[in-house]
Amino acid sequence: MNVLEVKGLSKTYGGLRAVQDVDLQLPQGQVRALIGPNGAGKTTLVGLITGRVNPSAGGVRFLERDVSGYPAYRRIAMGMGYTFQITSVFANLSLHENVALAVRRRGGTVAQVDKAVNAALSEVGLALRAEQLAGDLSYGHQRLLEIAMGLAQEPKLLILDEPTQGLSSGEVSGFKELIRRLAGQTTVLLIEHNMDVVMGVADYITVLNFGAVLAEGTPAEIRANADVQAAYLGGG
Amino acid sequence: MTETTKSLLLHLGLVLLLLALNWLLPEYHHGNLARVMVLATYAIGYNVLFGYTGLLSLGHAMFFAAGMYGMGLVIRHLGWTPAPAVLAGVLAGVGLSLLVGVLALRTSGVAFMIVTLMFAQSLFLTILYFTTYTRGDEGFVIQQAERVLAGIDLSDPNNRYLAALAGFALCLMLVWVLVRHPFGKTLIAIRENEERARMLGYNVYLHKLGAVVVSGTISAFAGALYGVLFGYVGASFSTVQYSIFPLLWVLLGGAGTLIGPFVGTLFMFYLIDLASGVTSAYMLVAGVALVLLTLFAPQGFMGLVRKRFIRWLP
Repeated sequence: MNVLEVKGLSKTYGGLRAVQDVDLQLPQGQVRALIGPNGAGKTTLVGLITGRVNPSAGGVRFLERDVSGYPAYRRIAMGMGYTFQITSVFANLSLHENVALAVRRRGGTVAQVDKAVNAALSEVGLALRAEQLAGDLSYGHQRLLEIAMGLAQEPKLLILDEPTQGLSSGEVSGFKELIRRLAGQTTVLLIEHNMDVVMGVADYITVLNFGAVLAEGTPAEIRANADVQAAYLGGG
Repeated sequence: MTETTKSLLLHLGLVLLLLALNWLLPEYHHGNLARVMVLATYAIGYNVLFGYTGLLSLGHAMFFAAGMYGMGLVIRHLGWTPAPAVLAGVLAGVGLSLLVGVLALRTSGVAFMIVTLMFAQSLFLTILYFTTYTRGDEGFVIQQAERVLAGIDLSDPNNRYLAALAGFALCLMLVWVLVRHPFGKTLIAIRENEERARMLGYNVYLHKLGAVVVSGTISAFAGALYGVLFGYVGASFSTVQYSIFPLLWVLLGGAGTLIGPFVGTLFMFYLIDLASGVTSAYMLVAGVALVLLTLFAPQGFMGLVRKRFIRWLP
C-alpha cells in the first residue's frame, strides 16, 4: 500500500514555479529522502503535502484517501507528523507540555499521556530535562524536541524537514539510529542536506531540482547518477 | 503536596478569605468589595480570551452589556424573577459571543481588535436606538421588589456581598478547571505558537471560537449579576470605556494567571477611588500606574509573582 501518493503537484508564486508537476509514491514503511540544492522546492513540496501551502495544481492522496481539500490540521490529525525546518516549539512551556500537546490530541488518560511523553523524550535523550522550559534549551536540543513531538504523534507518515541541522556529530549518529529503529513501522519522508545521513538511513531517494523531480532511486543508483552529480553532488 | 493541590488550596483560600471579610470589613469597603468581585468576574471572563488564548478584544463591553440587558429587559418588560432573568442574560451572552466569534475570527491581530471594537459600538448604538425599551442613555433602575431571589433580598448589602462572592467563586473555579483541561491547555498552546498548534493537528479556529464563547459568556454573567445586585441597567456599561477596563485590570493583575484579574480589579478600583478623592484627573493616575507597570513588570502583579516565586501558579 502507498501511504502517500502525490500527483501533478505544482505551486507557482507569481511567475516563479517553485514546484512543478511532481509525482511521488511512498510505500508503507519506507524511509524516503528528499534531496536537492537550496531553493529546489523541497520545503514547498512538503508544505503542499501537509496542506500548509495551497497548490496551484495537482492532488494528494494520504492513506488511500483524497486529502487535497483538507486543511492542514485535518491531515495532521489523520496521521501526518511534521517537524519544522525552522525550530518551532512552545518556548514558554516545559518540554513535557510540548510533547504532551502532541500526544493529547489523540486522547487518552493523564497516565497514558505521561507515559507516551516520557517514551518520546527518552527516545531523543531529553527525558531528564522534561521540566525545563523549551526556550531555555540549546538549538540542537530544540531540534531533538521537535523530533520527539513528531514521534509522540505516532504518525503514519513522519515528515522531517532538515532535522539534523544544528546537531552535534554525536547527536547526528543518535538520530540515524533512531530513524533505523523507526524504519519498517513508520513511513518517513526526510528532507536532508547531510549526505552521510541520507546515504545511511534512506531506502530510496528523490532528487528535486528547480521544483521538478530530477531522479529517483536507491542510494547506490543516486550516487551513480550523472545528472544528480552535476546538479547537486558536485561532480565526482 | 502536588501542584494541583497547592493551587486548589490557594484559590479556595482566596474564596474563604473573601467570605470571612464579609463579617470583618467596615460598611464602605464591604460595598466596594462586592462591586470589585463582580467586576473581577468580568475580568476573569476577559482573561480567558486575552490571557490564555492570546486574543485581544477591544469590545468585551458588548458581552457585559448583553448579559446586563438580557437580564434587565426581561425583568422590566416581562416581569421575570432574578434567577431566570440572569439565565436569560447568560444565554444572550452565549448567542452574541457565538455570532461575534464566527465573524470576528475570520480576522486576527489588529483587525480582530478593530472588528470587536466595531461590534461593541454597534451594540451600544442599538441600545440607544431602541430607547423605548432600553431607556437609552438614562438606563433604568431595577426596583428592590424585583430583586428578590427565593425570598432573599439581593439589595441587602450582606446578601449582595455573598451573591457577588458566589458568582466570583463559581467563575474562578470554572476557569481553574478549564486551564487544567486539555481544551484549556490547547488554548495556551495557541497563544504560545498558533502555527505549531495547527501542525500538531488541532483545529485552531474551533478552539478560538470556544474561547470567545466561554469568555463572552462569563462576561455576560458578570453583567447580569452586576445589574441585578446593584439595581441599575445602563448604556454606559456598553461603551468603549467598559471594554478597556477589563484589559487594564487583567494587564495590571497579570494576564494568563487565575487570580490576576481579581488583584488587578481590586488595585485599580482603589487607585481610582483614592485618586478621585484628591483630584478630578483620577484617570491620569490610573494611566501613570499602568505605564509604570508596563515598563517595570510587563507580566502584571501575579505574572511577576509567578516568574519570581511561585512557578506553579496557574
